[in-house]
Amino acid sequence: MPIYSEKVMDHFMNPRNVGEIENPDGMGEVGNPICGDMMTFFIKVKDNRLEDVKFKTFGCGAAIAVSSMVSEMAKGKTLEEAMKITPRSVADELEGLPKQKFHCSNLGAQALNKAIQDYLGRKKKAKGGKQ
Amino acid sequence: MRKVYLDHATTTPLLPEVREAMLPYLGEAFGNPSCIHEWGDAARETMETARTQVAQLIGANTDEVIFTGSGTESNNFAIKGLALAQQNKGKHIVASAIEHFSVLHSAKTLEKWGFELSLVPVDKYGMVDPEDVRKSLRKDTVLVSIMHANSEVGTIEPIQEIAKITKESNAVFHTDAVAAAGTIPVDVKGLGVDALSLAGNQFYGPKGVGALWVRKGVRIIPFLDGGVQERGRRAGTENVPAIAGLGKAAELAEASMTARTEHLTQLRDRLLTELPAAIDHVVVTGHPQHRLPGNASFCVEFIEGEAMLMLLNSQGVAVTSGSACTSRALKASHVLIAIGLPHALAQGSLLFSFGIDNIFQDVDYVLEVLPPIVDRLRQMSPLYAKFTRENKGGK
Repeated sequence: MPIYSEKVMDHFMNPRNVGEIENPDGMGEVGNPICGDMMTFFIKVKDNRLEDVKFKTFGCGAAIAVSSMVSEMAKGKTLEEAMKITPRSVADELEGLPKQKFHCSNLGAQALNKAIQDYLGRKKKAKGGKQ
Repeated sequence: MRKVYLDHATTTPLLPEVREAMLPYLGEAFGNPSCIHEWGDAARETMETARTQVAQLIGANTDEVIFTGSGTESNNFAIKGLALAQQNKGKHIVASAIEHFSVLHSAKTLEKWGFELSLVPVDKYGMVDPEDVRKSLRKDTVLVSIMHANSEVGTIEPIQEIAKITKESNAVFHTDAVAAAGTIPVDVKGLGVDALSLAGNQFYGPKGVGALWVRKGVRIIPFLDGGVQERGRRAGTENVPAIAGLGKAAELAEASMTARTEHLTQLRDRLLTELPAAIDHVVVTGHPQHRLPGNASFCVEFIEGEAMLMLLNSQGVAVTSGSACTSRALKASHVLIAIGLPHALAQGSLLFSFGIDNIFQDVDYVLEVLPPIVDRLRQMSPLYAKFTRENKGGK
């Protein structure tokens, strides 16, 4: 029996939105190579919506599938909607993750959130600069 | 699609001759070797033939071979049984940092039971320095266990030299030869060891059977209590079909070892040479000369092993990896960390282990399918992006 669901395999074999965004509006990096997984998310925001989401991931099959799924779930959503994406909802969309992979590889939502926080921080700073 | 099995370090296929040797004992010859009727006699005779075949493989006396349920059981039996039997002399044991978990975790259990454990380091090739073993020996050292060969990086340890050192002490010397026996020449008398573990599924025998050889005169505490099977040292009705298979596999391994080694070494060396030539930033792990004939182990920089393994699997190639993600414990292989690799590099571990059915076209196929896989994962990797940014214009 394969350890991964068909959905995970699909996102692993054909990951969506791989890459970097030049001059992103926000960037978030989580994890480290010691635990095995590291993810960087890049976002482009327009009218409070995630116009583009891209990622780069170092990690196992689950980590790559999670990143791909998060990017797909987030694209087009408002920032508020995107911030509601959780590891649980990502795992559900992927039709489940192996138990031991749930915590270590399921960092996508966290990386996306960090990118959004980065964007919000930059916006605040820019506003502050204008005043 | 082409199917290429390159995971013989994990388990080998059963040879047809071995299967044939097992079949009667899965059928009409079902007797229990402890019984003194016709059925029992037949089973016992087969078991004793197998014992002789295994003894011959390792240059041992027949009655010194104890059948077990696996290599892991042999190691548990040896570490716990030998240490406990000598504990009136002392409670210190020595093992290398790259032992199989069946040795390391048994040693940890002994620690909980009041023993002290010293771990001997290895160099960057995974080689134990016999002098380090000497330095770790104490008056109360009762057991030293150093593996014959490491299946993950392929390194063959200087067992004979270590045995010379342990002979000068009170300690009993056990070697885990699970990766070595049946693959390279192993001679217990020449090596000078006191106990040795082996397993059938490492040399085209069945799974679920192993053996522990203990030199006559060395005391060991029984591992399983019960009846008087295996002369009271390992109770439980014997797995006769598996033992028959182990014996046949041992006989075949001994007879064809030279030819097998020649073939495996050629396959191994081709991959060891050509893979780093085909892919940038690949490190060969293990010793360049003193290594198992079928072992070609690498670490590929900037990417992770499980992802490579899965993409190789999608191309019909079966390999294994010491990355954290492929282990249930989610830790990078202790062997790769012990040889001094940084964690990120250890995550990119790939182990190719050849078998006697592999051919040169299998190596060519790996060299064809792996580079695009590595390339694809590197395009996804933030570590690779970082590396290329930092080295832009550098070359």
